[in-house]
Amino acid sequence: MAKYMLIMRNSGSVENYEDMDFEAIINAMGAYNESMMKAGVLLGGDGLTDAAQGSVVEFTGEAPIVTDGPYGEVHELFNGFWTIQVGSQEEAVEWAKKAPLGPGNKIEVRRMTDESDFADYADNEYIQKEKGWREELGTE
Amino acid sequence: MSADPRRVLEAVWRMEGARIVAAVAKATGDVVLAEDVAQEAIVEALGSWREHGVPDNPGAWLTAVAKRRAVDAWRRRSALDERHRAMAHDLSELAEDAWEPIDDDVLRLVFTACHPALSRESQVALTLRVVGGLTTVEIARMLLVPVPTVQARITRAKKTLQAAKVPFETPDPAEWPARLQTVLSVVYLIFTEGYAATSGDRWVRADLADEALRLGRMLAGLMPREADACALLAVMELQASRFGARTDAGGQPVLLADQDRARWDRAQIERGRAALARADAVGRGRGAYALQAAIAEQHATAPTFAETDWEEIVVLYEALGRIAPSPVVDLNHAVAVSMSVGPGTALTMVDRLVAKGALRGSHLIPSVRGELLAQLGRAEEARAELLAAAALTGNEREAAVLRAKAAAVGG
Repeated sequence: MAKYMLIMRNSGSVENYEDMDFEAIINAMGAYNESMMKAGVLLGGDGLTDAAQGSVVEFTGEAPIVTDGPYGEVHELFNGFWTIQVGSQEEAVEWAKKAPLGPGNKIEVRRMTDESDFADYADNEYIQKEKGWREELGTE
Repeated sequence: MSADPRRVLEAVWRMEGARIVAAVAKATGDVVLAEDVAQEAIVEALGSWREHGVPDNPGAWLTAVAKRRAVDAWRRRSALDERHRAMAHDLSELAEDAWEPIDDDVLRLVFTACHPALSRESQVALTLRVVGGLTTVEIARMLLVPVPTVQARITRAKKTLQAAKVPFETPDPAEWPARLQTVLSVVYLIFTEGYAATSGDRWVRADLADEALRLGRMLAGLMPREADACALLAVMELQASRFGARTDAGGQPVLLADQDRARWDRAQIERGRAALARADAVGRGRGAYALQAAIAEQHATAPTFAETDWEEIVVLYEALGRIAPSPVVDLNHAVAVSMSVGPGTALTMVDRLVAKGALRGSHLIPSVRGELLAQLGRAEEARAELLAAAALTGNEREAAVLRAKAAAVGG
């Protein structure tokens, strides 16, 4: 099995949700999360707070530029993510298709890299070091 | 994204196969028939989806077709009894039902696959087949047995279920604890076979362990209040967190003391600890799985092998030995004692096991004895034991490690 990240995007902002019953959204999301948990595939996930509260670090070739939100020019915002562990890209996509999301949303399905992706560089000093860092930081 | 119908079908079957079989079994009251017609639905799906495209709700499509095939199967039989006639009518009416399988149905399926009327081998094969959604070929590859053997086990299991007229149901409350233990032990058996293969040329069978982990997460999700289900999941998550470090680049086993702890999966360790905490929160004390999980947790959280809390591990093994006495637990207990007290005391414990005739024919006792004798400087005896252990193990990788250890014993 491999780990996949389902990245939730939407085209605008929370406007999409304004006419919707917030409790209904919570219930639909909760049921979806529960179904993934009961199928034994859900590893974790979180929603992200309003993009207007966030920052963007932009790379231009010079020093990185940091700007505050909101970002009218950003067409696709990330709202949250799930990490799941399943047997194939197709299986991950089938799970994404079940998410209770309305029009205007998108889910990007990406396999997360694992050791096999760096097998040719196993001796690389930084590949080795990074494992130690991750352990220290408890981020893995 | 390619929408190759065959790959979508594989993915959907893996995700929903158990729920499809369970839903059909609930409607027909017959798990064996449900499994057969679900397979027929898959064959039909391949042709139909290639021609008309993948339906919006593939799980509902497969279930509806499987139910239709069940009705057909009854109609083909010359003596269509009243009960089946009534069910056939209901099924035809309900074929366009909304797709709302109930999790309880999957649980019934798990309990049926692990019915005590079946041999342990059949329980494993049937669980992988109907609950895990694996094909006969995949199961054969995983269990390292020929495909016809798996087919025979599944056929025999189905015949046994039919002969014993096993109903599709979760057991009575009185039977529940015993049956749940069977279910959990089947999943753990699948996992341990993946964790340290008893035969073949690979040390870790990650595919098998992954499948057991998926089943374990599913069981803990279905039975969050069953401490043992959560505890089993905890053991498996914690043990599996070390997979990445248990073999070197050449596929050779790396023992616990030598493992690069940076390669342990920290997220998986945290999931294991969380599952153990959930088991503890039920508040009925720690059972055998929880104690094993607690031991694995000690290893997982020790910064180095030397800094492991061996005293705590000794205590946990003592508790485990009382709840679930077994020579393997005694042997592991001795290993922990060798780390916390010293090899001499541990050797006395192992010799007591030898005197009892425990684990005769297994490589485990000579490999531990050999290790302890080497630590005590009794080189000749140590070499003989380690070579004896190498000759007894069925795993080629493990034999190589034992022979290397024998060669390294100073004389």
